[in-house]
Amino acid sequence: MSVAVTMPQLGEAVAEATIDHWLKKVGDSVRRFEPLLEVLTEKVNTEIPSPYSGVLTEIVTPEGTTVRVGETIARFEVTEVSETPREPKVEPAGLFPSETPVAVVPGPSQLTADLPALSPAVRRLAADYGIDPRALRGTGQGGRVTRHDVIRAANAHRHTGATSDAVDDREVVAPTALRRAIAERMVESIRTIPHAWMMVEADVTGLVRLRQGVKADFVRREGFDLTYFPFFVKAVIEGLRQQPTLNASWTEQGIVRWHRINLGVAVAADEGLLVPVLRAADGMSVAGIARAVHELASRARSGDLTPEDMREGTFTVNNTGALGSIVSMPIINPPQSGIITMETIAARPTVVGEGIAIRHLVNLSFSFDHRIADGLVAGRFMQVVRSVMTSYQPGDPVY
Amino acid sequence: MIAVTMLEAIRQVLREEMAADERVVVLGEDVGPRGGVFQTTAGLFQEFGPNRVLDTPLAESGIVGAAIGMAVAGLRPVAEIQFADFIHPAINQIINEAAKLRYRSAGAWTCPMVVRVPYGAVHGGGLYHGQSVESLFCHVPGLTVYAPSTPNDAYHLLRHAMHGDDPVIFLEPKRLYASVRQALDASCPGTGAVVSRAGRDVTVVAYGFMLHAVLDAAEQLAAEGLSIEVLDPRRLRPFDAEPLFASVRKTGRLCIVHEDNATCGFGAEVAALVAEHALFELDAPIRRITGPEIPGVPFAPVLAQAAVPAVADIIRVLRDLCLY
Repeated sequence: MSVAVTMPQLGEAVAEATIDHWLKKVGDSVRRFEPLLEVLTEKVNTEIPSPYSGVLTEIVTPEGTTVRVGETIARFEVTEVSETPREPKVEPAGLFPSETPVAVVPGPSQLTADLPALSPAVRRLAADYGIDPRALRGTGQGGRVTRHDVIRAANAHRHTGATSDAVDDREVVAPTALRRAIAERMVESIRTIPHAWMMVEADVTGLVRLRQGVKADFVRREGFDLTYFPFFVKAVIEGLRQQPTLNASWTEQGIVRWHRINLGVAVAADEGLLVPVLRAADGMSVAGIARAVHELASRARSGDLTPEDMREGTFTVNNTGALGSIVSMPIINPPQSGIITMETIAARPTVVGEGIAIRHLVNLSFSFDHRIADGLVAGRFMQVVRSVMTSYQPGDPVY
Repeated sequence: MIAVTMLEAIRQVLREEMAADERVVVLGEDVGPRGGVFQTTAGLFQEFGPNRVLDTPLAESGIVGAAIGMAVAGLRPVAEIQFADFIHPAINQIINEAAKLRYRSAGAWTCPMVVRVPYGAVHGGGLYHGQSVESLFCHVPGLTVYAPSTPNDAYHLLRHAMHGDDPVIFLEPKRLYASVRQALDASCPGTGAVVSRAGRDVTVVAYGFMLHAVLDAAEQLAAEGLSIEVLDPRRLRPFDAEPLFASVRKTGRLCIVHEDNATCGFGAEVAALVAEHALFELDAPIRRITGPEIPGVPFAPVLAQAAVPAVADIIRVLRDLCLY
């Protein structure tokens, strides 16, 4: 694996150092603690030993350059990291010890490093999925089996469980566990929930301009595109906040009203639809929602979601517009009360005042559980969502 | 929208609330014509006069005692303690009077008072201008403790605190007074915990200046492919634990960072909550990065710097946790 070498702390008051001379060149094999480079600071001129054994693959910082403590200065290819890399210790020329007195309260990791123990999370997941964790190859420190290793193994297990049987010109494909779960939930939903359906149209010209203005800066800062979806999520949250009747579930015991807004986010993955939950979404900015959704969607697509990620959703939002749809009739994800979609945003001629203008319009489609609410509440909810979607203007804060 | 500093945000909300509600009174050392040692009350004396902006003697027990009296009599006082280090003479008023008033009178009396407290280490602050005092007040039922870390949160949380009917300790990270600018949201972004940066490998709880150090560390670790989730509690008491549990469910790893020392500190409470409610989500030991167990922040610059967790310390521990 590739690891980074960073500029170590060379005494407490030293914030930066200048690379004087590299003692090794790219391609050299270097043993741990062998002198790697010489640096200059106000206080210290010293050799820095290599923190790793391996091959020096890249010198990031050339000689004569000044860098801050902690910045990456070189990269190594090492065969295995048997021990957590530590910053090399150097004797400072000044009076003060280089070891910081800040209390990094030691975890028990040092005590148990030789004995790869199973963490509480690993024990629980292994029991849930019927996996023997000692049979897995651990990727953690000292070969420890991590939570991630168990989830990976559980997913692999599930996928190999699917077999197919070819008969003549057709084949019968055994549904994956995910496919089967979707099927059961959708049938249960449509059989037990009286779906009522409503659609509104919103003029989102302001939103289109707002996003146009900030998207280049956003992708530079965040590393992914700012879509319209987080703005929509924020509007739905506002709608639920004003119509809390809809943030509810119909149960045998009565109507459960949820105090917190946990939005299920429909993510289309190759194996099927997943609905991870954006928790406590009611405090987030547009950028915060964007990050959280991006993170959930990435993990959904890489197969890294855990059952916990799907639990306790109270309402679902879906970006069907991303697939080019202009109208949909979504099916509620039980036991939630509703699901709302944002369809494709399209420029269309429309009446504004007494004239006709080209405006950006979008349809918002909503299915709700008619046992919990009537058209009046649903209509009020949709008015709030539409009004938030319509009110976005260039200059509005995204952070 | 104009980006403002935390200092300007606090001044703006004080001014807006004083204009909107004549019961709001500001009192403290040098808050009058001089506008406060940090200038958070600059211009208020000139605009609202000596009956609403009161310079007090150097006696914190008197400042808070008078504020409690005002609150009980129907005013809405905002008391400024010039530095958190000076709040100790007022502990009796805060714990024995303000925090207990509603309980002691079976709800008949309330104490709508906000005590603004600039806290945390600064260069040259020394023993008596750099303390972090949150754990003293987080322990006390009857108090609400806010610790905003951004101008927008300072603005909205202070307004929220001023509209409440019970005593609030409002901790202001003075090192962030002028160093961060941000546009203010039109509406209150809630008062509970929020995810400041989403990630999947480790959950880090931090507030005040440390929140920004952690965000910096997270950014640097992202270059190594490590994904850090940063949770800003915003309100330390009552602590909003559900977002923390949700985050730990996702990451399985937890680290708490604060300037205050570790023993019986805020991080100990966070760690205990996770151990009680989310033990079976944990895939690694909980870690804390805190100030050292020393009686005060030293004056010598090198020692003062060493008494506050540095970004390099945070990076080292988080990398350990990620690789664990």
